[in-house]
Amino acid sequence: MNIPTDYVLALSGILFALGVLGVLIRRDAIVIFMCIELMLNSANVAFIAFARSFGPSGAGLQGHVFVFFVIAVAAAEVAVGLALIVTIFKTKRSIDVDEVSSLRG
Amino acid sequence: MTTHLAIFFGIAVIAIATAVSVLASRNAVYSALFLVLNFVTIASLYLLLNAAFIAMVQITVYAGAIMVLFLFVIMLLGDEREEPSSRLKWQAPAAFLMSLALLILFVAALIQGNMGLQQALAGVSEGFGSPASVGRLLFSEYLIPFEVTSVLLLVAMVGAIVLTRPGREDA
Repeated sequence: MNIPTDYVLALSGILFALGVLGVLIRRDAIVIFMCIELMLNSANVAFIAFARSFGPSGAGLQGHVFVFFVIAVAAAEVAVGLALIVTIFKTKRSIDVDEVSSLRG
Repeated sequence: MTTHLAIFFGIAVIAIATAVSVLASRNAVYSALFLVLNFVTIASLYLLLNAAFIAMVQITVYAGAIMVLFLFVIMLLGDEREEPSSRLKWQAPAAFLMSLALLILFVAALIQGNMGLQQALAGVSEGFGSPASVGRLLFSEYLIPFEVTSVLLLVAMVGAIVLTRPGREDA
């Protein structure tokens, strides 16, 4: 009940920064994808925090609806993204993102 | 007051620890399992923030469906163990510096913004965030986006099937 919104937003920021770090340092395409999910999730945390913060004034539930849509889009994105990774693995026998450089001039 | 804050800090510590473990695990399967733990922890944070419906959606869709898909692909490819070191030696330190800078930016924005969010929150009405209240909004005000979402999921399904179907070479 009494959690300051700032604390939740700080947690959201930390999780987002960790996701960015993961995308930058890992070479495995699947783990990079997981870190993208981590970032989407941290954005959802911020949405829910603001929804809770503006809840008593009646505008808060729209944050919940938006998080619902973000989760639906994330599910669609994961399906296509993993299909892409499987296709890349079939042609390259590897999902190391350094190997996928055919288009580099 | 203190119990809620204590629960929140427990959740925050677990969430950050599991997120760090996702990055640090050499084996992709461990990363996926730590990510499941992270999602479940975040779901309990949603419960703490009066978002019961979103918490359940988080567990069923994220921790359930999406992570099963991840684990399935990891097992299918059987490529989970090897993690060759990056060819660029300066990349990891630079990545640390840049994400640290991003974090400092977030915190600075939070402090500078001064949105009056420090004070304890007022109570919300009984049904706030319940499936009934969210569903009512979803099927009235947001009906068209909701239907468009179903089309999006269909397109994603068709896309995944087209991308991975056998005999694609002659296409």
